[in-house]
Amino acid sequence: MERLPLIPKRRTFGEISLSAIFVLLAVATAFVATRAYTPAYAFHMALFSLGSVLAVVAINMRFEKRPKAPPPLVIDGKPNYNYGPIKFASLAALFWGTAGFVVGLYLALELSFPALNFDLPWINFGRLRPLHTSAVIFAFGGNVLLATSFYVVQRTSRARIAGELAPWFVVLGYNFFILIAGTGYLLGITRSHEYAEPEWYAILWLVVVWVVYLLIYLVTLARRAEPHIYVANWFYLAFILTVAVLVLGNNTEIPISIYSPQSVIVWSGVQDAMIQWWYGHNAVGFFLTAGFLGIVYYFVPKRAERPIYSYRLSIVHFWALIFLYIWAGPHHLHYTALPDWAQTLGMVFSVMLWMPSWGGMINGLMTLSGAWDKLRTDPVLRMMVVSVAFYGMSTFEGPLMSVKAVNSLSHYTDWGIGHVHSGSLGWVGFVSFGALYCLIPWIWNKKLYSLKLVNWHFWISTIGIVFYISAMWVAGIMQGLMWRAYTPQGFLEYSFVETTEALHPEYLIRAAGGGLFVVGMLIMLVNIYKTIAAPRIDEVFDAATSPIPAE
Amino acid sequence: MSNSTQHAPSGLNKLLETNSIMLLLGILLMVSVGGIIEIVPLFYLKNTIEQVEGVRPYTPLELAGFNIYVREGCYTCHSQMIRPLRDEVERYGHYSLAAESMYDHPHQWGSKRNGPDLARVGGKYSNDWQRDHLRDPRAVVPSSIMPGYAFLAKAPVNDAHLAEQMRLLRVVGVPYSDEQIDNAAADLAAQAASDNAGGADLQKRYPNAVLGDVAGGSSVTEEDALIAYLQHLGVSVDFKLYDDKANIR
Repeated sequence: MERLPLIPKRRTFGEISLSAIFVLLAVATAFVATRAYTPAYAFHMALFSLGSVLAVVAINMRFEKRPKAPPPLVIDGKPNYNYGPIKFASLAALFWGTAGFVVGLYLALELSFPALNFDLPWINFGRLRPLHTSAVIFAFGGNVLLATSFYVVQRTSRARIAGELAPWFVVLGYNFFILIAGTGYLLGITRSHEYAEPEWYAILWLVVVWVVYLLIYLVTLARRAEPHIYVANWFYLAFILTVAVLVLGNNTEIPISIYSPQSVIVWSGVQDAMIQWWYGHNAVGFFLTAGFLGIVYYFVPKRAERPIYSYRLSIVHFWALIFLYIWAGPHHLHYTALPDWAQTLGMVFSVMLWMPSWGGMINGLMTLSGAWDKLRTDPVLRMMVVSVAFYGMSTFEGPLMSVKAVNSLSHYTDWGIGHVHSGSLGWVGFVSFGALYCLIPWIWNKKLYSLKLVNWHFWISTIGIVFYISAMWVAGIMQGLMWRAYTPQGFLEYSFVETTEALHPEYLIRAAGGGLFVVGMLIMLVNIYKTIAAPRIDEVFDAATSPIPAE
Repeated sequence: MSNSTQHAPSGLNKLLETNSIMLLLGILLMVSVGGIIEIVPLFYLKNTIEQVEGVRPYTPLELAGFNIYVREGCYTCHSQMIRPLRDEVERYGHYSLAAESMYDHPHQWGSKRNGPDLARVGGKYSNDWQRDHLRDPRAVVPSSIMPGYAFLAKAPVNDAHLAEQMRLLRVVGVPYSDEQIDNAAADLAAQAASDNAGGADLQKRYPNAVLGDVAGGSSVTEEDALIAYLQHLGVSVDFKLYDDKANIR
């Protein structure tokens, strides 16, 4: 017997308008591709066109498969959380993380054995190094932030995330940006601004994605069933908003032509340098710190099953952190042609920044009060706690290096590389691994395959980090001292290349440390694969990994 | 999280924690202050950029070389910023002035020295040395860790859109004249030619432009352009005449 449907299945306004936008984009970029100034740009425009076509197809297939009515916001009195985009972003994080670490290892080997450049344009150090930094910071870190922020905002608001297509647009659109940026570097499309290399059209796309990200966040918060906005969300909001401001400021550029991948940045020389490091240091401050502190404020208390140590401290250190961080940029430009007053401001605020940074560390560590025994039994929690300790260490080292007298030695050397990696491997890497080890079992509703493997991952990576950063400390301080060494007769003692030769053993140790970090990541991949491949455990819930709605 | 009822916030805190738009505006206010105070004065304080003689926009060939320097990510290993420290000044030359990079869109100050600073590499080595070194760095410096850039010598320089770039650079403050923009292609050829044809016109438009000895072969290569750029680095200001007190304004 046939029953006529009461309401016909209709495309939503979002489905129609987004399809229309992508059709237009596909046609426009295909047209630009045919007139592109360079083959690399034609390739990118073709990718945009292809991506837009795939997006239209995907929206249509989704429409065919979906039920008539939009998914309910609440089922049986419980929020109907949307985990699909989160699953994609977590797997993308694992993929980009592995890729970024492997490229980093290859770069370390290129510095030890320059023959590995093979004198090819696409894999020489100058083009590969931005690929490494972007892959680990923006691709790995960015996907971790997307996954965790979409999870945390839903859980702490007890509300389904805003939009049906919008969250997918953000995660897929962001990963498409990564693809364009990364392949661009290898093909020689770059602005040569450190950590801000992508050219104008990639940034234009990123801005659209980012605005949608912010809107999703705000609308989801507006839907919340909790009176208060939970502290993790303050940090995520500061991250989303400030990164938008920074990217717009540092990408004030005019394309040479719509057919050219190249643009001319409005700023030049000293102003460009100041704006670049205002951006650069706050990419650290808001992408790699505020965003990941959001992770700490949700995943550490959840995993330890303890409340945040101090609510008051979280308020004080949040506002102090975001206010002070912005000032710290000029410490990247000590003794340069940047005016002294700006350098001094940068130094003073960098030293002050130590305090709110340690406020975050103390709040994270002390949350373990009454649950310290879990460090013995739960390697996932241990990973996150050690990451907070690394955060404390590098936020002490940072202010130290921003003192001009120290900076005159450390700047331009591998000490900077060591500092960055104690922050990125120890802090960002470990807190991301810890969060993913929590998040993936939660959203797939699986039990983590093996805590023993997590333990191996933890120890192998920790040893790797220790090798890495101690080698770089030795290398940096040694090279800094060699550059300024004088003979008794008053001549410079070493030529530049003699200092390069002296670094070879340290570079080998660094590569070994990086290799261990890659091994740790591979162990994680196995563990996650086994976890996701296992059957669901709806009934057999392990208390330690069970998600409880935030209170 | 579970403690929020025990420490119920009040006043401003309550407003910020219960209204996402107010929270957003609060964040925006806090993160705006530092940037504005550190960046805006650099555009109007006169002593930010020194008044010096001799800094001119890049010739078309040098600009093409600058584009290659940017494209290859040379900044990842080479700084262009000599600090006023005794050893740096003795190793590389006079400390860098802000004026020397005022036409660099983007700046290439760099942050790491896997290789030496290049702010004053211009004129330090011959073109032949630069050529040999770019093609096979270890043939010249046995323990160098620099990648080889032999592929630049095989790539003809792309000069089709230099005039467009120059026109846009003028929009953002680089003082290119109409004459300079109109003659971009001719000037590029003239600077790379071995017979100095058109050299006089070029040098009228761009004082101190180094001529002739850049010639590679039949067509102008990316290597020629990059070397022309490198040879121009740090040579604009005559430091015998430079008075560093004069700029305290």
